[in-house]
Amino acid sequence: MDGKRLDTISERVDAAAVSAPDSIEDELELSTVRHRPEGLEQLEAQTRFSRKELQILYRGFKNECPSGVVNEDTFKEIYAQFFPQGDASTYAHFLFNAFDTDHNGSLSFEDFVMGLSILLRGTVQEKLNWAFNLYDINKDGYITKEEMLDIMKAIYDMMGKCTYPVLKEETPRQHVEVFFQKMDKNKDGVVTIDEFIDCCQNDENIMRSMHIFENVL
Amino acid sequence: MATGTAAWLPFARAAAIGWMPVASCPMPLAPRDNSKKKDELIMLNVSGRRFQTWRTTLDRYPDTLLGSSEKDFFYNEEAKEYFFDRDPDVFRSILNFYRTGKLHYPRQECISAYDEELTFFGIIPEIIGDCCYEEYKDRKRENLERLQDDQEDNKDMKLPNMTIRETMWRAFENPHTSTMALVFYYVTGFFIAISVITNVVETVPCGATPHHKNMPCGERYTVAFFCMDTACVMIFTVEYLLRLFAAPSRYRFMRSVMSIIDVVAILPYYIGLVMSNNEDVSGAFVTLRVFRVFRIFKFSRHSQGLRILGYTLKSCASELGFLLFSLTMAIIIFATVMFYAEKGSSSSKFTSIPASFWYTIVTMTTLGYGDMVPKTIAGKIFGSICSLSGVLVIALPVPVIVSNFSRIYHQNQRADKRRAQKVQKTRQARIRIAKSGSANAFLASKHHGLLNELLELTGTEEDEQKLIRNTSLLESQHHHLLHCLEKTTAHEFVDEHMFEQNCLEEALQSYPSRSPSVSSQGSCTICCCGSRRHPDPRVPRGPLQELSALHIQSSQLAVHPSSRSNLNLRAEDGSRVNCKGGQVTTAIISLPSPPSLAPHREGRHHPHHPTTTTISNVFRVKVQLLEKMLLK
Repeated sequence: MDGKRLDTISERVDAAAVSAPDSIEDELELSTVRHRPEGLEQLEAQTRFSRKELQILYRGFKNECPSGVVNEDTFKEIYAQFFPQGDASTYAHFLFNAFDTDHNGSLSFEDFVMGLSILLRGTVQEKLNWAFNLYDINKDGYITKEEMLDIMKAIYDMMGKCTYPVLKEETPRQHVEVFFQKMDKNKDGVVTIDEFIDCCQNDENIMRSMHIFENVL
Repeated sequence: MATGTAAWLPFARAAAIGWMPVASCPMPLAPRDNSKKKDELIMLNVSGRRFQTWRTTLDRYPDTLLGSSEKDFFYNEEAKEYFFDRDPDVFRSILNFYRTGKLHYPRQECISAYDEELTFFGIIPEIIGDCCYEEYKDRKRENLERLQDDQEDNKDMKLPNMTIRETMWRAFENPHTSTMALVFYYVTGFFIAISVITNVVETVPCGATPHHKNMPCGERYTVAFFCMDTACVMIFTVEYLLRLFAAPSRYRFMRSVMSIIDVVAILPYYIGLVMSNNEDVSGAFVTLRVFRVFRIFKFSRHSQGLRILGYTLKSCASELGFLLFSLTMAIIIFATVMFYAEKGSSSSKFTSIPASFWYTIVTMTTLGYGDMVPKTIAGKIFGSICSLSGVLVIALPVPVIVSNFSRIYHQNQRADKRRAQKVQKTRQARIRIAKSGSANAFLASKHHGLLNELLELTGTEEDEQKLIRNTSLLESQHHHLLHCLEKTTAHEFVDEHMFEQNCLEEALQSYPSRSPSVSSQGSCTICCCGSRRHPDPRVPRGPLQELSALHIQSSQLAVHPSSRSNLNLRAEDGSRVNCKGGQVTTAIISLPSPPSLAPHREGRHHPHHPTTTTISNVFRVKVQLLEKMLLK
């Protein structure tokens, strides 16, 4: 009714009046969150990409994020575009944490390119290390069943609803059980980095699949 | 795909390494990037103005002119550039679309020129960003209306082959079409005026006669006025009946406002005829005569402005309602206050709160008749506050109403905004279809992918030419990514229709007639873990791995021309037939699908029919014992 409209209008006027001094500061803050990456030579030295490749990567990165940094929401949006049928936000959250090595809440170009360097040009050891880091949500050096279950659910969420066979509630849990049976050698309920790397190196499938993305760039 | 995905696809694919240790099945091979050429600058010469961009920028949208091989038609060999003989100003926005992923509509451009450019470059207008979409749609609508107006002016010429009904209807709606219509228009207008004037003059005191005192003319010249009334009502009745006869949709005509006004205008007369001059009902009879004044509304057929006024009032209903509501609030408050303030004074006219309403209304609207006046000091104070606030309360909503009226009077746009909301829905639907197109494209490409893999692994050079390459490299990489996710989770993407069918089939497991086929479905799993070395095209991607039943098209059987039932069932109706027919027997038959057949079938299938695509590799066949056959 008309009364409700008046209420909201008066609220808005009040809020604007109160927050006016703060909002200017907020705007200043936002505008200063711009990031310029280190020079091309330094990045070339730190990563395994050539100059040309870094140029291509940066152009794409800067196009999508003109301010030079990606915050978590934008990251989730970008990643969700690749998986139209499911919900990629949980997995994107874990991925964001894995890439954001200095944990400052935003992904700069250096973080982005360092991560890619490991994934695309690193040794198998480094890749497995990265994967372990991804699964270890609280970064304590151990993968527990709960952490693995979270990751697994996030991966299954990306599939969405319309799958064949139909996704059941206990599918992620079963998958985690299989994973732990394979990885947890001493059956102590957690997987350490050594167990993980040992097990993966002995698995032919995993070793082969580590190499399929080598020609991505 | 949008710009973002193109730039971030390598990142997403690299991040897929996170799935590898978790996956239980081997991953599919990545698509080969055969075009190893480096990223190069492309020169686009549009009527002399040169634009340059990277090739990959243009490749982001492979279904447009610039993103596909269609631009090769415009390649200029000597200058090593692409030449387009089009408007360079509009081309700016089009190229910016490739760069930023958002299409903007420049306000100074003519809408039809812009549309033409979009069509030329193969870009659908629905992609226009939210910032510019409303403007674009408004302009497009105006343009359309202008075109329609022009057409209507041309349509006024008499068309041949119109029935009497249609001619009459056109004459009624558009008096300028023929002289007869104009005559009719003026005659009815004249009689409406006569009728209204008669009603008015009827009540004027006519002067004293020897027999009676001053009486209104209506009672003195009863017969004359009665004749006038009869004549007018007869004209109106004839007019109404003619309109009813000529109306293309009688039901809609009877429901329209103008016809209701017509009926209300002539009804009192007939009711008066029917009723006798009974004393009991004469009171009601008098009330009915009031309704005769509604005849004046018949003028709205003759005046466009009147119709717009009525229309505006209807659309300003919320503002009017707000005005009324605030006034009512203020009236109640002030009436209460005045009543209690004046309670003490003697011989006060403020006998009750409702009685004070009259004072409050008269004061707030600054009329001030003076028939009710406060006497106490407190009453006078509150009275003055009342009159001041009255000015404010009325002055606030009125400009809103006035501005609304002027806006609508000049534009007539409110109804179109409502139509625009429907367009908004269609726009969202199209964007959704485009988005789901990417999901469907993945499902469709899975079939192509299987054949491609087979040909790549086993085929010779000539076979490689036969690869079905209707997806760009970007798309094939995206599909590979989705394929990896499928392998990681050991589940497949299916489209909605198939998913619902699967749920349905799983629910129907209780039906005994279906048990053989369903058990075969239940047992099939996606066989991928370790045992597959070569991608087997025989393993279909659809939900039915083994063929559950054999359906022979009824046309192959001996169909008697006198057969009553419709025997032509398509393959997709198979499941529904099962639900109904008790006469269905099923057989488990396994047929290999030869790869030579599959591409032919897929070539025929449009990607917009995912149901047929997903079962293209599977022959879903049923044996049906037909009653007709038995009866024969």
